[in-house]
Amino acid sequence: MEILKPAIAGTLESSDVQVAVEPIEEGVEIYLESSVMNQYGRQIKDTVLQTLERLGVDKVRITVLDKGALDCTIKARVECAVFRSCGASDANIPWGGVIR
Amino acid sequence: MKNAVGREIPDFLLKDGREVYQGKNYMDGKYIQKASPRTRRYEKPQESKLVETLADALRQCGARSGMTFSFHHHLRDGDYVVNMVMKAAIEELGLEDLTIAASSLGNAHDPIADYIEQGKVIGIQTSGIRGRMGEVVSAGKLKTPAIIRSHGGRPRAIEGGEVHIDIAFIAAPTSDCVGNCRGIGGKSNCGSMGYAMTDAKYADHVVVVTDCLVDFPNMPASVEAIDVDAVVVVDSIGNPKKIASAAARISQNPRDLMMAENVAKVIASTPYFKEGFSFQTGVGGPSLAANLFLEKYMDERNIKMGWAIGGICGPMVELLKKGKVGKVIDVQDFDLDAVNSINQTPNHFEMSASQYANPANKGAFVNKLDFVVLAALEIDTGFNVNVLTGSDGVLRGAPGGHPDTAAGAKCCIIVTPLIRGRMATVCEHVVTVTTPGDCVDVLVTDYGIAVNPLRPDLIECLDKAGIPHVTVEELKEKAYSLVGRPDDLQWEDEVVAVLEARDGTILDVVRKIRPYTLYRD
Repeated sequence: MEILKPAIAGTLESSDVQVAVEPIEEGVEIYLESSVMNQYGRQIKDTVLQTLERLGVDKVRITVLDKGALDCTIKARVECAVFRSCGASDANIPWGGVIR
Repeated sequence: MKNAVGREIPDFLLKDGREVYQGKNYMDGKYIQKASPRTRRYEKPQESKLVETLADALRQCGARSGMTFSFHHHLRDGDYVVNMVMKAAIEELGLEDLTIAASSLGNAHDPIADYIEQGKVIGIQTSGIRGRMGEVVSAGKLKTPAIIRSHGGRPRAIEGGEVHIDIAFIAAPTSDCVGNCRGIGGKSNCGSMGYAMTDAKYADHVVVVTDCLVDFPNMPASVEAIDVDAVVVVDSIGNPKKIASAAARISQNPRDLMMAENVAKVIASTPYFKEGFSFQTGVGGPSLAANLFLEKYMDERNIKMGWAIGGICGPMVELLKKGKVGKVIDVQDFDLDAVNSINQTPNHFEMSASQYANPANKGAFVNKLDFVVLAALEIDTGFNVNVLTGSDGVLRGAPGGHPDTAAGAKCCIIVTPLIRGRMATVCEHVVTVTTPGDCVDVLVTDYGIAVNPLRPDLIECLDKAGIPHVTVEELKEKAYSLVGRPDDLQWEDEVVAVLEARDGTILDVVRKIRPYTLYRD
């Protein structure tokens, strides 16, 4: 998928994660903040990168503000932000997510 | 050297006879040499001990650099006294190298973090450490490692002379002109003043700070004039709204209620649940709600609680007024219902911290406890509990009376949700051991109950009552299956805080946290 415009998903509530994506020329740039950084920072980064990979996104700047979300939530928020950025959330949304 | 809970204690801390934690009741039968305070004689009758300002009081008590000042935390997050006194000592008298020995410190004391960074405060001895102070100490900015003690460990250390208090400051809701203090009758009431009592008896000098001067004699006094050097009247000793909450409300959260109901079930399944049983509970959601369900079982079996101790709040006072508990003995009050009840409601008494929880006297109240219900930030598969450090390794909690009541009670129940957000409460190794696992008997979570294998008798009780339970390992695996296995925290060698077990041995240390990087080396 191609990031066409900036998009955002999720909130800053406890146990949620806010994910923002924007288009860039080349590569994947990730910025991550987390309330559980010292114990889960690397796992969150890996989850975000794997999700992007499975969505076929290879050009994106992604900002992840995590408030202790579980992996399933992180995947869903990343997926949603990507869908919104390329108009895929306008119709025929794959409810439940494509990323399992 | 490794201690009995498997923690590596650096050798440099093990001097002057200091030992590592050896297990419960290790010091039983040993002797303690009590310190004898050197106090000033006031033989010539004084009409009044009032002095104009804190600075004057400090001068009168011979305050100088390098001294240890003590404080008590009954004003909780509303306290103004610690900051006021330290400001006068450092900014007006120009003192340095000061140590603060407090029964606890909290978010109200953020300004002290600046004095730590400036090197004016070089030592902290406390139960609780939070907010900015926790952050700067965790960052290694305090000159000497902070010493963390339980509420029972503190009076032990004071009485044994391990902490020598040069000047004790008593935050008094009311005082008369010679220093008889009470926690009620003023505008910033806190009820019990139990944590201040040992300080007043063992300090070289005692200064009372009050915002409500009352007629002599202010009786019955929590801190007595015979121990007081000076009385200072200030505009306000604290913010009443933050001293005592309106009323500690019982949680409506269904998860809390479910856990509380299971706690009551466990209690009712043991042989200690009989006429005259004794009880203490924390004020956290599920712990407090346990009161409610316990009352049901008490009615069902037609039994009454003999006595309750602790930090006291409204629901316990309610039970007392209904005649369902015989006596309430109180070291600290959390809400206005409790504040307004102490020494007013018949059979609601005040006690000192030493009487409450000191392991080195001849039998504190905790030793007679049947049940205690407590919370935890983390609990590991050895039943060790952490209530001090966050999941990032930063100091932001307090052992309080947790280790004391757990060690004393016949049945110690920890109640906590299995996970909080992404943090596994039940884990492999807690960040810091604040209550050793040999003192913890039952763990109640929202995903199941586990009993410490050290207590086969309790396992039998639960089985007989048909209460399902699992192993603590199963609970841990369940937690990790939900949130993932956490990375280990990364530490520097530098010790920023020493955690004393209640008996004075070393239970654990907190080290400086190493900055986290997103990339594995």
